[in-house]
Amino acid sequence: MSTAVVTPQQGSAASLPSRRNLKMTQLDLIVTPIFFVLLALLLAVVWVYSDFDRTTTSILEPSRLWTQFKQQIYLALWSTALVIVLAIPLGILVTREGAPRLKNNLVSLLGLGQAIPAYGLIVLFFVAFGQGSFTVILALATFALLPVLRNTIVGLEQVDQSVIEAGKGMGLTSVQRLRKIELPLAVPVIMAGIRTATVINVGMATLAYLIGGGGLGETIAAGLKNGRPTAIFVGAVLVALIALALDFLGGLAQRYLKPKGLA
Amino acid sequence: MNPQETAVSEISEPCIKLENVNKTYSGVSAPAVKDLSLEVAQGEIMVLVGPSGCGKSTTLRLINRMIEPTSGRIIYEGEDVTKGDPNELRRRMGYVIQQVGLFPHRTIAENIATVPKLLKWPKAKVNARVDELLEMVSMDPSIYRDRYPKELSGGQAQRVGVARALGADPDVLLMDEPFGAIDPITRDRLQNEFLRLQEELKKTIVFVTHDIDEAVKMGDRIAILRDQSEIAQLDKPEVILTDPADSFVENFLGSGAILKTLTLRRVRDIELSQPVIIKRSTNRSDAILALHDSYFPYAVLLDDHDHPIAWVDERALNRSDSLDRSGASITVQLQPEDTLQDALSGMLQTAAGMSAVVNGRGQYLGTCTIESLASMLIAQPNGASA
Ligand SMILES: Nc1ncnc2c1ncn2[C@@H]1O[C@H](COP(=O)(O)OP(=O)(O)O)[C@@H](O)[C@H]1O
Ligand SMILES: [Mg+2]
Repeated sequence: MSTAVVTPQQGSAASLPSRRNLKMTQLDLIVTPIFFVLLALLLAVVWVYSDFDRTTTSILEPSRLWTQFKQQIYLALWSTALVIVLAIPLGILVTREGAPRLKNNLVSLLGLGQAIPAYGLIVLFFVAFGQGSFTVILALATFALLPVLRNTIVGLEQVDQSVIEAGKGMGLTSVQRLRKIELPLAVPVIMAGIRTATVINVGMATLAYLIGGGGLGETIAAGLKNGRPTAIFVGAVLVALIALALDFLGGLAQRYLKPKGLA
Repeated sequence: MNPQETAVSEISEPCIKLENVNKTYSGVSAPAVKDLSLEVAQGEIMVLVGPSGCGKSTTLRLINRMIEPTSGRIIYEGEDVTKGDPNELRRRMGYVIQQVGLFPHRTIAENIATVPKLLKWPKAKVNARVDELLEMVSMDPSIYRDRYPKELSGGQAQRVGVARALGADPDVLLMDEPFGAIDPITRDRLQNEFLRLQEELKKTIVFVTHDIDEAVKMGDRIAILRDQSEIAQLDKPEVILTDPADSFVENFLGSGAILKTLTLRRVRDIELSQPVIIKRSTNRSDAILALHDSYFPYAVLLDDHDHPIAWVDERALNRSDSLDRSGASITVQLQPEDTLQDALSGMLQTAAGMSAVVNGRGQYLGTCTIESLASMLIAQPNGASA
């Protein structure tokens, strides 16, 4: 689930199927906040009771943490926005009549792209676009494209053919069919993909520090370099809290945007 | 090619006309529809029936251009519709499919309002139309208007499907096995309701089915199709049943063809049996004697108004009980206008294998027996074409 995407290695979570059990949505809305609160409590306890030596104190300097925290959210949200803007239209395009070949090629191409380690991808983008948050956002978006694209395709294709056929038979134009039938009925599946992409992006933004993009990765890296487990822990938990919070908001949106009348 | 070309309907000029229409799907060498010419008259139900895969759905979908013909012309109300905007054409034709295809995220009212809204009807008119249509298909608007499709049974969903197709009052309804996925009892009811509705609406209907019984029941005319939508026979149901054009049609009608003629004939067409009649006042020993002389082992007990009460046999007469109670009471009665199909099912409901026939005032006319039905069927086998 969404809680563990804190370390770079777990970027491979992106290749897991991102089609959540949609019935679980409501359970998510209860379980996620509980997890969030427990984790926050744990963080508070660690913060208060562990010994902070000089190095740890300087790594965990609150104003710096706060900046990194905001950067992490900024990177995750913008890359998710970019994913949405790219993947949904692309998913719509490849599911239109007359473009069936393109679809499978595209998905397998992106699947291949996912085989590249996130680390490598970011470095690759750095070589191409230089350093900075723009490059990070581009790299994250590329990595998280697949779940949204795939869910858009699946979401549109799982719409009952007879419903589309009936719409066509009544004289809805292809644009009207897309807008009034296919997209609304695909919303729950597409939203599930967006939630997955968001969580991936929060986790992957930890790598932004590699190319000067900031984020909580800096704290974790400093902790690793100096052998300060408390710093590593605080950095990782903050990433997890962001992931949980955004996933919760995604769950709310998913529930709110789901058309009435669906089972 | 087609010996039935002469069987032009006498109703009026054709509403839909297919002229030498061909359809070959891309990637398939054999055409799905080959050189089909067909005329559907204003206000009739034209049934397309044939084995699975013979091209019925393809033919139907050519009419509203869900599929574009490879060649040929399709004329609707005098104009060639193979040109022009297909979406506008479809808004003028109701389309009903077996899977119904209601929009699951829209209420029943919104579903039915689809085409009126596309045509930008004013809101008040749309709402009034929705209620009118729901009532037309026997669904209470106050209950169903705001429900969602998932709350409907299969039969109700198809009622809404028909209502939705009638949304903007199109002249034509295209129906592709509309009742095919519905249980037999509900299907029968929907068919009857639909036929009653059609008596009022007088739409031009092209109705696809693979079920010959449904074809006979629904069709003003039936086109029996074989592979590639070739018309094997096109005629009124009674003609097809009694005079199948060739062995393909005969096979398609199946061994039940004679039974199907039962729906086309009425109780008044057969000779009624006349068992002994007794009244409550009749002397019992006289009745037993009369029964001994009769061909039938039972008598009909009539009341003072000649209404049939019970079947009475010798054992019942010997009992001291009242005649009303010792006989087998007559619960199912037939009238001369009933079809022989009704007669048969009526008789099968009572174990008696016979049914009393009464006139409009309930007075006894005679008895219809299962033997008389059987002998009528045997007396007119396939050769009845003379
Ligand atoms: N979209 C399609 N592409 C290729 N072949 C098709 C398509 N639709 C139907 N067919 C073929 O055309 C023939 C007629 O199909 P159809 O009209 O659906 O028959 P019916 O409705 O009588 O069962 C069948 O052989 C079927 O396999
Ligand atoms: Mg079919």
